[in-house]
Order: sequence, then structure tokens, then C-alpha cells
Amino acid sequence: MSRVDVAELVRSVVENRRHERGPLLVILHDLNDQLGYIDSTVVELVAGELNVSRADVHGVVTFYTDFRTEPAAGVSLKLCRAEACKAVGAERVVEHAQQVFGVRVGETTPDGSVTLDQVFCLGNCALGPAAQVNGKTHGRVDENRLVEILASAETTERASATSPGEPS
Amino acid sequence: MTTIYVPRDSSATSVGADEVAAAIRGAARESGHDIRLVRNGSRGMFWLEPLVEVATDRGRVGYGPVTADAVPALIEAGMLDGADHELCLGLVEELPWMRDQQRLCFARVGLTDPLSVDDYVANGGLAGLRAALDLAPAEVITELSDSGLRGRGGAGFPSGIKWKTVLDTESDLKFVCCNADEGDSGTFADRMLMEGDPFCLIESMAIAAHAVGATEGYIYIRSEYPDAVNTMRAAIDIAYAQGWLGSDILDSGLRFDLSVRVGAGAYICGEETSMLESLEGKRGMVRPKPPIPAINGLFGKPTVVNNVLTLASVPTILANGGGAYAEHGMERSRGTQVFQLAGNIKHGGVFETAFGITLGELVNGYGGGTLSGRPVRAAQVGGPLGSYVPAAQFDLPTDYEAFAAAEAMLGHGGVVVFDDTVDMAAMARFAMEFCAEESCGKCTPCRVGAVRGVEVIDRITSGEEPETNIGVLNDLCEVMTEGSLCAMGGLTPNPVRSALQHFADDFTGGHAPATTGDDPTTTSGNGSGPSGVLAGDEESKA
Repeated sequence: MSRVDVAELVRSVVENRRHERGPLLVILHDLNDQLGYIDSTVVELVAGELNVSRADVHGVVTFYTDFRTEPAAGVSLKLCRAEACKAVGAERVVEHAQQVFGVRVGETTPDGSVTLDQVFCLGNCALGPAAQVNGKTHGRVDENRLVEILASAETTERASATSPGEPS
Repeated sequence: MTTIYVPRDSSATSVGADEVAAAIRGAARESGHDIRLVRNGSRGMFWLEPLVEVATDRGRVGYGPVTADAVPALIEAGMLDGADHELCLGLVEELPWMRDQQRLCFARVGLTDPLSVDDYVANGGLAGLRAALDLAPAEVITELSDSGLRGRGGAGFPSGIKWKTVLDTESDLKFVCCNADEGDSGTFADRMLMEGDPFCLIESMAIAAHAVGATEGYIYIRSEYPDAVNTMRAAIDIAYAQGWLGSDILDSGLRFDLSVRVGAGAYICGEETSMLESLEGKRGMVRPKPPIPAINGLFGKPTVVNNVLTLASVPTILANGGGAYAEHGMERSRGTQVFQLAGNIKHGGVFETAFGITLGELVNGYGGGTLSGRPVRAAQVGGPLGSYVPAAQFDLPTDYEAFAAAEAMLGHGGVVVFDDTVDMAAMARFAMEFCAEESCGKCTPCRVGAVRGVEVIDRITSGEEPETNIGVLNDLCEVMTEGSLCAMGGLTPNPVRSALQHFADDFTGGHAPATTGDDPTTTSGNGSGPSGVLAGDEESKA
């Protein structure tokens, strides 16, 4: 997307949300969903539209883990590492995923296909270990099931070529 | 026409409920059966998910855990007529897990189509709001106070006092905010309620608006719960169309507007003042209290901030009276608690019952012990900031004060079970690591203390002057407890100290963790895996 297009998008998103109370988080969600990430260009544009400082916007973007500052892969894999999932072997699944993809949590594979993230609780604590792939939660995830889920997600991703991020 | 229920709850879909629903639809069509497929909430018996229910003359017959592959054989065997099969569980209401509960807050969850207005009203919906609208605001609060309801989010603060403070504070604008940032591991009841009975939350917030004189409300839902967000938003749209929200609610003249706001992956935003900052579009930095949100809350206005389950308990209190609610429970813990059994547990899920049931009855009784089949070593109660309770103390009654006396915290009733392979020093380290990761950074004891906590635990476990360093750790815990601005830093010492107190050997190498040859996670066979068939949400609207 060119800079002009991004500027146009930011303007329209801000216009849509301007009437809401304290709209910055809502605006950033919209932009993160549509662009996949929020970089310094977008921060500057949002600050300009809302007439606040870039620091104010940057501070909010960096506080929340959902807002990415660089593009994510087509497949977003989030593995739960909170207590309930640890109790049934979540760390083993994380270890396995790191080995298979050759990246640490928080990183994207070199081919840009999968972003591996950790998450603390998906609310699936009676059916752990839990994982979330492109917004869909999976339970009782072990090493084998992880491979199945990802294969299915990559197929779906190729077929639909939908934009990454949480469903709105 | 037969009515079949397949849950839409995200825990149920996490183990293949969408695929099962699609398979049933396909198989019924092929075999010429005329069915109505309802995507209900979950009954909360997660070890049986996907749990398929068939409406019969006798009642709802359950089958589970069902996989998509098993569907053709089940239909062949006569599942659509409620016939017997090895997966048949009999009448769902008569299963001990269901029969022994007192479902006040979760009365409709799993029973109804979450977005069906008719189902909602036919099952007691709106009775609380109608009763409240016949009362003056102060009278509503009297009922609430009489019920003895205390905040279900963890702190257990009396709800009547909170609402009265908001009512008594003069302002041109007041808010009702629902804290649905259920970030604690081992809790999923808020999510289940929002996905399974969203109108209940809407009704309760309208009652709160009437009681305190608020006109606007927000439900702050964490982004990790996309299904809850979608269900709540759909329910709000329907509620507006029904006149349950908006400028003249149920023709009473009450005005209340409600919307959903989505968090962005910050655990700290479950702390009420941090949540308010986030709702204002800012970094989720904790505010010092006082001033309390009831007086100076969202955008500086008087604000009710309640957890999902606190609010969801309100309609039944108004419908049946505060006194009826208070008949349940023990001592100063009145009513029911929605216990959540999680982690390494054979029968995990939600179990709503009066306060007072012991931890052992929940974990070893209804929960059936561990999933791995190994002995229970400890349970963490009340989330990541709650204490580890050793199996020897499982006779503790679930009562806020009884737990406090045992230096534990009942909190929101989430129970995470661990077997004897757990390394408690590693869990204590994780508590500090988690605090370091999720601290908002505003106060030093939390921001710096958590990092130092990880370091000092590492020194202890590596055998570096263990006695001295245990002393340092205890000092550090005291500083965090006494000096932190909010519960994040203030309660992180709970899991650390309880682990140290009950499982000291794990820190000093005296305990050899039990090892397990088999992988507990592979023992469950109830996940069918995604088949690539994406069952759409349309089913719920059928």
C-alpha cells in the first residue's frame, strides 16, 4: 500500500471512530486489522489526525502486545504458556514448535509463513494445552495435533488469502 | 422434527464441535432426517466435549465426546431418536455433575440458543430487569445488599456498597463498565457466559444503569476471546432491536446505551483502574486509589466496574429477591460461586454451587483427580496471583475468609490442578516472570521487584547461598505486597510464598520431581482435529 493510500485509510478510519469516547485504541485495532501492523508512518498519521503527539500514539501502540510494529505472517500461531496449560505439558509443545520452525516465540519464520507467539490464557483451561491459530482456538494440542492444525490453517490461508489479525 | 444441540462455545469448538455439527447436518440430510440444529453454549463438562444433545420426550439425551468421524455410526445407531450407544450418557440433567449444581448465574448457559430472544424470555430472561424497573434505584440496591453479593472478579468487595456509592455521587454522566478481561489462567466462566448467555449480561447492566443512574456502558473484553466479542456484539444489536437497550428500555423511560470494547493483549487491563485507562484509549497504567472508580472512574465520572459473573448474578437476585439468594452459601460468602476446574484434571469445567464446598470435593470428587492419573500435588486457586494449596489442605471450605485464614485466596473460584510431576520452584519463578512481563511499570516494587524475584529464585535453585537468598526472597515479597500500587505486584508473592512454604524442597534440590513416561496430553482422544470443513456461524441463527 502506498503512503498516499495509507494516509487515506487512516483518515477514513479516524473519521469513522472520531465520535466515540476515547477512540485511540479502537482506531489502532481497526488499522492493525486492516494493515496487519502499525509502523511509525501510521503512528505519525494517526497523531496528526487526532491532534495528539506521536509519543502519545507510540506509547499506546507499544504498550499492547496485539499491535504489531512490523508485518506478521499469514499464519499466526499463539501457544498458551499460562499455569493451566503448563500443568498438562504446554512447555513441551512450545519447545517442539520452536524446534520445528527454527524460531523463538515472538519471531516469524524466515520464509514469512508462520509467526509464533506466546499467550497467557485463551480461556480453554480445562482442555489444555491450548493454541490459537488465526483467531481460532484449539484444545488438547500436542506435537502431532499442532502439525495437523497448522497444515489445515495454511491450506485455508492459501485458499482464502484473508487478511491476518483478529476477526473484528 | 428433532432438535439437536451442538455447542458453539469456543472450548467445544477447540476440540471439533464445528466439524461435528457439519457432520450431523450432512448425515441427517443424507439419511432423510428432518433436524433443527441449535448451537447452544456449553454445559461446562469439557471432558465430554463435543457434547451432542438430542431432545426427546424424556428430556435431553447426551452423547460425548463425539468426533466428526463417529457421527455416521451414531446416526446409524439411532442417535437422532435418543437411542443407546457406547457414547450415550443418558439424560444430561441427571448426570451427577449437572444434578448436584445450583445454577443461578449459569441457569441458561448450555441450555439455550445464546442469541435466541424467545429462548431467553422462555427461560426466565428479563424477569430481573422487569422487577428492578418496578423499584426505585435505592430499593434495587437494598435487594443487592440483602443478597450479600460480593465481587466475583477476585476481590470479593460487597457489590451493594459499590453501587450505592455511585448512586449517591452527583454527576451529569455515569457509566457502568463490565470487566470481561478474564486474563487469569484457570478461569473461563466469563467467556462461557458471554458466549452462552449474552443477554443475561446485557440485562444485568441495564439493571445496574437503572440502580445508579448511568446512561452509558461498556463491556471490556480481552482480544483473546474473539468468539465472545462476536457473540456479545450480535446480542447487543438484537437487544437494541428488542427495546432492551436504547432510549426507552421496556417502555420504562430508562435510557442506556451499551457497547463492546476490545482489549489488546495486556493482562494488567483486568485491574479495574488500568481497564478504565484502556477504555479511555490510553496505555493501561494503573491509577492510584483513592479516588475510587465509584466516585471518579471512566473519564472522571462515577462508574460501576463489575466483573461478568458479579453482574450476571444480579438478574436472579432481582427476580427472586436478595433474601432468597442469601440463603445459599456460608458465613459472609453468600450465594453461589461458579467454580472452574482446570489444568491437569480428569473432569474439567464449570461447577456452580453454594460457597462452602471443600476444595477436595471439587478436585478429587467432581473433578475426578488428575488427567494424568497421577496423585494431585497442589492446586492454584484464584488465578496466577493466587496461592498454591497443597493436597493436604484440600479440606478447606470454599469461603473467602476461610481461604484468607489459610493464607490463600478464593478469588474468582478458578482452580488449576497439578500432579506430582510439577516443579514448584519453576512455578514460583514463572509467577515472577509473568509479573515482570505483564507489569504496567508504574510502581517500582512490581516493575523491578518481579525481575529481581526471577533472579533471586534462580540463585536459590542453582544452590547459591540458598538460605541467605530465601531470606532475600521473603524480604522482596514483603516489599511487593506492601508497596505495590495494585494487586498485580501486591499479590504476585502469593504463589511464590505458598510454593516456598509448602514445597521448600523443590527450591533447594531436596525434591526429585516425579517423572512420567507417558505424555498426559496424548491420553485424550476427543479431538477430531480440523477437517478443513469450516462450519459457519449461520448455524446458530437457524
